[in-house]
Amino acid sequence: MIRPPVSVDAVMLEARASVLTKRSIKKQTKLGGIEIAIGCMDLTTLEGRDSPGKVRAICARAISPAPGVRSAAAVCVYSSLVPTAVDCLRGSGVLVASVSTAFPSGLSPLDVKLRETREAVAAGADEIDMVIDRGAFLAGRESEVAQEIVLVKEACSGATLKVILEVGELGSYAAIRRACDLALAAGADFLKTSTGKIGISSTPAIALLMCESLRDFQRATGRKVGLKLAGGVRTTKSALGYLSLVKETLGDEWLQPQLFRIGAATLLDDLLMQREKELSGSYSGSAYVAMA
Amino acid sequence: MATALPAFDYAPSIETTPVRIKPRYEHFIGGEWVAPASGEFFPTLNPANEETLAEIAQGDAADVDRAVRAARKGYDKYWRKLKPSERAKYVYRLGRALTERSREFAVLETMDGGKPIRESRDFDVPQASAHFFYHAGWADKLEYAVPDGEPRALGVVGAIVPWNFPLLIATWKIAPALACGNTIVLKPAETTPLTALLLAEVIAEAELPPGVVNLVTGDGRTGAALVDHPDVNKITFTGSTEVGKRIRRATAGSGKRLGLELGGKSALIVYPDAPLDQAIEGIVSAIYFNQGHVCCAGSRLLVQESIEDEIVERLRARLETLRVGNPLDKNTDIGAINSRMQREKIAELVQSGLDQGATLVQSSCELPNRGYWYAPSFFTHVQPTYRIAREEIFGPVLSIMTFRTADEAIERANNLPYGLSAGIWTASGQLGMYTAQRLQAGVVWGNTFNQFDPSSPFGGYKESGFGREGGLAGLRDYLC
Repeated sequence: MIRPPVSVDAVMLEARASVLTKRSIKKQTKLGGIEIAIGCMDLTTLEGRDSPGKVRAICARAISPAPGVRSAAAVCVYSSLVPTAVDCLRGSGVLVASVSTAFPSGLSPLDVKLRETREAVAAGADEIDMVIDRGAFLAGRESEVAQEIVLVKEACSGATLKVILEVGELGSYAAIRRACDLALAAGADFLKTSTGKIGISSTPAIALLMCESLRDFQRATGRKVGLKLAGGVRTTKSALGYLSLVKETLGDEWLQPQLFRIGAATLLDDLLMQREKELSGSYSGSAYVAMA
Repeated sequence: MATALPAFDYAPSIETTPVRIKPRYEHFIGGEWVAPASGEFFPTLNPANEETLAEIAQGDAADVDRAVRAARKGYDKYWRKLKPSERAKYVYRLGRALTERSREFAVLETMDGGKPIRESRDFDVPQASAHFFYHAGWADKLEYAVPDGEPRALGVVGAIVPWNFPLLIATWKIAPALACGNTIVLKPAETTPLTALLLAEVIAEAELPPGVVNLVTGDGRTGAALVDHPDVNKITFTGSTEVGKRIRRATAGSGKRLGLELGGKSALIVYPDAPLDQAIEGIVSAIYFNQGHVCCAGSRLLVQESIEDEIVERLRARLETLRVGNPLDKNTDIGAINSRMQREKIAELVQSGLDQGATLVQSSCELPNRGYWYAPSFFTHVQPTYRIAREEIFGPVLSIMTFRTADEAIERANNLPYGLSAGIWTASGQLGMYTAQRLQAGVVWGNTFNQFDPSSPFGGYKESGFGREGGLAGLRDYLC
């Protein structure tokens, strides 16, 4: 079931997103929000130079970011590094997420994308982060985009499917909303903003737009689908802003790793520093936070 | 999996900027604080907790006369002789001072009037300083505002302002009056005089020549004395249509210029192709901004019949997310009702809606025990003949009605003696323009609401008043 296209107007969308991401978050709420952000984090490394050593470091950090700090939700890596991540994270409760479908462009033959997905799942990936074919979407071949999502979902054989829309390439709020509705109808388990590989990624207005699509889908079908923000969330302040936005648009129940993720590489540093500041009353430096 | 994540409930985040409130305020006349001739004072309350903030002087005809004479002297002796570029500097200085002390003004506005600190901080005070900056720029360029003649000041302006935007509407009048070379006597609203009195302190510190800005506080009697004073050249009034009519009668034949910004019952028109989520945000801004204490509030929602259920359902859900409570909490969306009297007026009109057969939907939010509060509400099943469809409620209560065609929506929107503002939601540019051209309203917003700028004139049709404030049109109202 695909909803008819929804029109979107920028002025009030951005105004509302601005109010929601500027809530004043203090004291216990701030500490709690930091914990939520860590517990919903997909700690990510997606570089051409990623190596088993780097992935092992990331995994160790995801399991135990700092003394007394809870684990992240998942580690997100390229599909060829899934075995290393599976090995490191076994028994930790931290999930393994693999990007797939010729991430980040998505411009490979369909059978290559499906094979990559199947092999990642076979290697132990709990979650697949696929990219949609933006070229097909912008050329108006919507059913092709939807069909590809359906096939990748099949290839996941039970693994969680996150669908990356690459919002920065879609050109308008209305197109982003359309892509959300399409991916939801095709069976996405999570909508994900972006690859993190282009300049424009998560913005408050885009996140709000995606929340609205998720909320309408839940109202129409009863199904709760997750939201993953990726790219551009680098500070505790912006992460807390997104928590408010999700809380007030989708409800408190969305603020758990089953329904919400922040994909990030550097955000964790700031979260740990802000946590330390809240607990001790003074700022420490990055030298006091163990990197990966 | 690890233990459950904590709840994300907002801890109170109270704005703590200190503000000094004197126990008692006198009139500000001729650059000095002057005791009221009657010796009478009355309290101004914090409507969120009913505590007295300060004692305010009750002005009578003698006080008003003293203020008008001071304004006349200020005009003759200083202000009219000043080079326009020097006048500009003073007006600019007031904008600067407001900006520098913006947090203090915001806190005081919230304490005295009940509006959320987020609004006073992000809307009222920045808009107020923007009006000074905008008009400072005009002061030495007035010949471009009046291309056919030589722009001349009117003389002494008498300004009477309401309690919903006490500081902002005061600056809507002070800034153009001063920039055009007039002096002014301002009468703030009885329930919300404190920010105007703080502005008087700022004016004194800015060393404006004595008598250029004078403040006389008090109730309706004080305002009437100002309206009746023979040496006032212009009366500018923002408030109810009822009082506006009285002022018009009182000034008829007196030679006084008159500008009136009065009541409204503005229509919001939502077409079926509208961006619905943004329409909901527009509706929320239109009716719940400042607890609905807004003359241009969009208090009649006209939705196309095919989307009525969807709009009502979305609005019902959105209502529950509005955060009602302590106006000084930075996360509060809806603050306190301005006064007990206003609270009673809202309750009376809501009762009439129930009695006439409309269905009331209210937020389930908890209201504080002390102070004046009203839960954000809307009515469905409203017929155009009901009182709640025709009378200004001036509170957080919306009346929802339906229409079938664009022409019917336009006809319904225009079918009232008011005409202050309107809002249209549609994805179609031509339908938006078709509608806007046919609405009798001073401001028509498209796919948004309550957007203000000092360069954009504001004012009404029909019983919503005449004259404009802001922009070129507003400026000309302070020149002859």
